[in-house]
Amino acid sequence: MKTDMRTLRSDWLRAILIAAALLAYDGRANATEATVNIENFTFGPQVLTVPAGTTVVWVNNDDIPHVVAEKNRKFRSQALDTGDSFTQTFTIPGTIEYYCSIHPMMTGKIIVAP
Amino acid sequence: MNEWERNETHGISRRGALECMIWAGTGVLWTLAAGVPKSLSLLGEAQAAEATGFTFLQISDSHIGFNKPANPDALGTLQEAIDKIKALPAQPAFMIHTGDITHLSKPEEFDNAEKVIGSAGLDVRYVPGEHDYIDEGGGQAYLDRYGKGTKGAGWYSFDDHGVHFIGLVNVVDLKAGGLGRLGADQLAWLADDLGGRSHSTPIVVFAHIPLWTVYADWGWGTDDSMQAMQLLSRFGSVTVLNGHIHQIVQKVEGNMVFHTARSTAFPQPAPGTAKGPGPVTVPAEMLRSLLGISTVEVRTGDRELAITDATLA
Repeated sequence: MKTDMRTLRSDWLRAILIAAALLAYDGRANATEATVNIENFTFGPQVLTVPAGTTVVWVNNDDIPHVVAEKNRKFRSQALDTGDSFTQTFTIPGTIEYYCSIHPMMTGKIIVAP
Repeated sequence: MNEWERNETHGISRRGALECMIWAGTGVLWTLAAGVPKSLSLLGEAQAAEATGFTFLQISDSHIGFNKPANPDALGTLQEAIDKIKALPAQPAFMIHTGDITHLSKPEEFDNAEKVIGSAGLDVRYVPGEHDYIDEGGGQAYLDRYGKGTKGAGWYSFDDHGVHFIGLVNVVDLKAGGLGRLGADQLAWLADDLGGRSHSTPIVVFAHIPLWTVYADWGWGTDDSMQAMQLLSRFGSVTVLNGHIHQIVQKVEGNMVFHTARSTAFPQPAPGTAKGPGPVTVPAEMLRSLLGISTVEVRTGDRELAITDATLA
């Protein structure tokens, strides 16, 4: 009887842990993050496919500042010095074309999947 | 392999157009001969030469605020450049700065640059680089300081010793996938500015990004510069001075001479010789051999400048 009680309690515990893990997993799934590294005057990856709701983080690893801007300037970062980052969350499926507005040969795409 | 061969290998030069590429030394002396400006020698020799005409000086890419390994003291090397200018036996009539005065368009960067550059005691004519246009106001910090008497994003012209000087801005409103850009408004202004001038007027054009394509992969060119060159092509002597690429590249095409100046802050790689155009870190004892200033000599009244040939094109 004692043993059964203990089993029951540990089963409960396990269930709670699993539920908590699932919740945590779900939470993560709803706020996915992806990184674009800026290095050697290129965006990496140049084309990034993410699920809707993803927050994309651009990190400047160059010794030169860059500015991340949507092709038609729908969004635009401040000047990102070395180590600075810029985030943007994409909720609507589609293709976003962006570039560095001071080094315009640097271009990239975010494909937001439904 | 010398620089010339290296450039040939990387295919950046039009055949026979790029005359030379110089890495050593601190500056370049210019004279105008038979309508075609000609690089005579490095500044060391220029200092020894008798200055018969009027000279002006070009500095570029001081990047005040830059503190990375390629040069932890950009303000110090700018001061060294200014000290060199102050020590010239014949003082230049004025100075031009071809942009990237600052690294991040911060007020204190502009202030520090101004303090050091001002210590030369010369008039300074500026054009902005892209680094001078990245404040939150989108260039307001630059225009507040240097925009007086200019049009649009900061372009203007003036005359000195019979030479017509034109400062252009090709770092603003750049388009995705493109290069530097002058834009329709500035080109219309340029057409108007050149309109009534005699084709024998010597012209000096200065802007930050090269006004010819040095290396498109790294953005070293200007999308609509051909339209500007067409407007300038009827003049017998056109000298185009740029910065941005932190090294000397020079080409002569017809009556036009194109020249880029060294930075006073840090060197950048020769076209195509690195993964990207970012700052090159060299041994400390080598750094100063890759930074510099340029002196331009215009021999006014001299036969060499007086005889300027113009084509009918």
